[in-house]
Amino acid sequence: MSQVPDPLVFTVRGLTKVYHMGEVDVHALRGVDLDLPERQMTVLLGPSGSGKSTLVNILGGLDTPTRGTVWYRGDDLTHAGEGALTAFRRRRVGFVFQFYNLMPSLTALENVELATEIADDPMPAVEALARVDLSARLDHFPAQLSGGEQQRVAIARAIAKRPDVLLCDEPTGALDLATGVTVLQAILRANLDLGTTTLVITHNASIADVADRVVTMTDGRIATDRLNPARRDVSEIRW
Amino acid sequence: MRALTRKLFRDLWRIRSQAAAIALVVGAGVAMYVLMLSAYASLGLTQDAYYEQHRFAHVFASLVRAPRSLEADLRALPGVRAVEARIVVDVTLDMPARTEPVSGRLISWPEAGRPRVNDVFLALGRLPEPGRDDEVLASRTFAVANGLGPGDAVAALINGRRRQLRIVGLALSPEYVYAIRPGELVADNARFGIFWMGQRALGAAYQMEGAFNDVALLFEPGASERDVLDGVDRLIEPYGGLGAIPRAQQLSHFFLQGELDQLDGMGRIVPIVFLSVAAFLINVVLTRLIAVEREQIAALKAVGYTNREVGTHYLQWSLLVALAGAVLGIGAGAWLGRGMTSIYTEFFTFPILEYRLPPVVIVQGLAVAVAAAIVGAVGAVRRVVQLPPAEAMRPEAPARYRVTWIERAGLRRWLSQPARMVLRHMTRHPGRAVMSTVAIALSGSLLVVGLFSLDSIEVLLDAQFYRAQRYDALVTFVHPRSASAELDLARFDGVRMVQGVRAVPIRLRAGSRTRYAQITGLETGPAALQQVLDGLDHVVTLPPEGLVMSRKLGELLGIATGDTVTLEVLEGARPVLVTTVSRLIEDFMGTNVYLSRDGLHRLMRESRVLSGAVVTIDPARADRVYDALRQTPAVAGVAVKAAMLQNFRDTLAETIGITRTIMIVFASIIAFGVVYNTARVALSERGRELATLRVIGLTRTEIARILFGEWAVVTVLAQPLGMLLGTGLAALLVRAFDTEVYRLPLIIAPRTYVFAMATVVLAAVVSGLVVRRRLDHLDLIAVLKTRE
Repeated sequence: MSQVPDPLVFTVRGLTKVYHMGEVDVHALRGVDLDLPERQMTVLLGPSGSGKSTLVNILGGLDTPTRGTVWYRGDDLTHAGEGALTAFRRRRVGFVFQFYNLMPSLTALENVELATEIADDPMPAVEALARVDLSARLDHFPAQLSGGEQQRVAIARAIAKRPDVLLCDEPTGALDLATGVTVLQAILRANLDLGTTTLVITHNASIADVADRVVTMTDGRIATDRLNPARRDVSEIRW
Repeated sequence: MRALTRKLFRDLWRIRSQAAAIALVVGAGVAMYVLMLSAYASLGLTQDAYYEQHRFAHVFASLVRAPRSLEADLRALPGVRAVEARIVVDVTLDMPARTEPVSGRLISWPEAGRPRVNDVFLALGRLPEPGRDDEVLASRTFAVANGLGPGDAVAALINGRRRQLRIVGLALSPEYVYAIRPGELVADNARFGIFWMGQRALGAAYQMEGAFNDVALLFEPGASERDVLDGVDRLIEPYGGLGAIPRAQQLSHFFLQGELDQLDGMGRIVPIVFLSVAAFLINVVLTRLIAVEREQIAALKAVGYTNREVGTHYLQWSLLVALAGAVLGIGAGAWLGRGMTSIYTEFFTFPILEYRLPPVVIVQGLAVAVAAAIVGAVGAVRRVVQLPPAEAMRPEAPARYRVTWIERAGLRRWLSQPARMVLRHMTRHPGRAVMSTVAIALSGSLLVVGLFSLDSIEVLLDAQFYRAQRYDALVTFVHPRSASAELDLARFDGVRMVQGVRAVPIRLRAGSRTRYAQITGLETGPAALQQVLDGLDHVVTLPPEGLVMSRKLGELLGIATGDTVTLEVLEGARPVLVTTVSRLIEDFMGTNVYLSRDGLHRLMRESRVLSGAVVTIDPARADRVYDALRQTPAVAGVAVKAAMLQNFRDTLAETIGITRTIMIVFASIIAFGVVYNTARVALSERGRELATLRVIGLTRTEIARILFGEWAVVTVLAQPLGMLLGTGLAALLVRAFDTEVYRLPLIIAPRTYVFAMATVVLAAVVSGLVVRRRLDHLDLIAVLKTRE
């Protein structure tokens, strides 16, 4: 850990998101302020509907806010066009989703190549899969892999492009404990080895101890925000 | 290969049967296009080359007799490049092998060199030698049909004298690509032969030395057809000119060109039906594919693929399907086109008719398939592009259903739960239900259009051969004869009834429009052997005054019932009269003008003069009658009704089986493609729902009823629509066939409707059964576990 405060990757101010669902307006975010420094591993906790996914989607350029601003290293993402957001995702962001979102018709290796083929300076797909301990499963299709393995393919796909930011939305949500641990280890290793700024959503508080920082959200607002004095090793987690 | 490309191929393979069903529809459309346009090219290019190389005339004219010196005057007309003055006469031939009389047309062959216009192609043997008066060239089709060749002889009754024509060569002429006699429905190659005979010999036989009675002219480039026609008419008028006609009205050319126009027109219209259906199917299947792959699309966008890249990925899917179909269609079209061209060689006589598939047709076939793919994919792909990645991450909202208006109308309590599900599902995708109905209806309508002409022809034959022509044979005389000819004919052993017919060539003028025709004077009354029909069954009583004429002729002259026309008789003293039109009749062959025979005699200020006669014959003694007619010098030709009818039926039988098969296969492809794909999509959308119902305890048959209920409703609704569309298209086709030479009545027999509907329903049931097999193997647990 560097003693000097790392420069900020994300600066978020007054972020608000309203979904119009038929005749009702759903306020997913109600004015969020947040700074995410470089290399930090942040865990975002909170119950369902607290706005975690909306925040992560906006940070990752998948969604745009109703009001408020997001700066990525000084660039205003909120006023970026569709093309700029796509380029941002392509170059800077790695996503990991709860349900893996792999292409069922492509093998593990091919799913990772999907990302490396369009990245500027990717690591070899094989290396990305080795980092998540899947060297033996390169030619397996998603249907031939366990849930944990599928999620590790998704992580390999996310880190293969050497992203600046790794955004994970409930990466262990669909997995049992033991499998979840291997997945988290993979994410942590990426954070440590590659120095990727990482934000992990979960509604499971026991993951919090492995992070540098724990942010909790309730009802579209940030409720608590604390730094962990020391990160626990992932193998010590129980839930 | 890029990972995204690999995904494309694997996805395509996964839903290969649906892709194949769409490709088949595309293929059918492209095949139709390639079939018709390659046949068009083969026939058209051959026609052009043949006409060009053998100097096929642009203008034709007949006259009574003009001195050869007139040829130079004709040649001097502005716009005329070449003139061939000929002697053309029709004779009866004595062919012992044929019971019915056979007619021949003798055309003079120049004593030196070859014809300047309408030259022949020598297929076998040699040309007649100058001075050898008995040597002739025979048309190859006639020779082949009668087993004749160089060295054989045919007996002909030439101006009352029996002469042997020695065949020295077999020839083809651009003038007789389709050798049909006026007044007949189809060419009869066995009973109509063309012969080219030395000019001197033919001239001597008909007292035409130094004279001619027929002329063919070739244009200079850029000549005005109107001016040449007028010039020719002016010059031949004093010599009994019967009016110059442009190439477009020359019979052989008319039939050939009609076939070409039909190929071109159908080739451009029919594929549109198939490709529209294909575009619709691509839309349905791709939309579902995209719905299933929502989360994959989201992941692709999250990874950083641009909207263009993701959109292109799905567009490529439809392009691949369409191109596969196009390749299939080009292959099938080329195969069918080759077959069609070889059928044409039996109808149209060319020196050589090679099948040609111009590269431009292939390119156009591919292009229309690609266009269909893009049109079909554009809506679905736009949805992919517009899908916000964050939204795509979430599962699709549950489909919104509503209580349908049918239920609200008070029928709700009469409808079972499954019936309600069927109704609500249909109204949820009203566009799709409507399009499916229209697509299936189109398949039915294609069958109606493809098959109705048989009904029309059948009714037409019945009207023409049984109600209008109540005679057995029509005898035409070489020259008009006195009324005693009736008695002469009646004395033939076997002839039962004789009624004289008077026919006079005329020119009709109404304002600036003119038309050549023939006015026929017929016996009137209930005993008349030849009746004039208006429409299919209304017998017209011929008036002594006031012309009865074909509706088409009235249209061409721009006149209606009650209008006056100027009638110029092109025979005898050539009187010019002003008369009225008493009635326009709906008839189906040629442009006819009728009067009662007495009326015509009065008009001509002549006593009873006959151009021919219609006769009824005792069937047991028909041979004897025909024999006697053959030997009668005054007889120019005998048209035997039964033989014409038989020949027509034979010709029809040769082609109709093939046409019918092609129509059935292609229409079934549409019905199958639509039902199979839409049912597969419905199964994919509702698999979870149906599996749940199975878990609840519904039987396979019960859930099949829910899934197929929708398709049963669509298929049933499509039937009346399809029949309506088919009838409308048939009416359009009938209008397109409304020509001077023949017309079709719009008759669609109930059996045609029944057959069309049965074929479509059968295709729908078969495709339903294929999907049913999938439904029966529905893995309940797997389906329920899958996240929607």
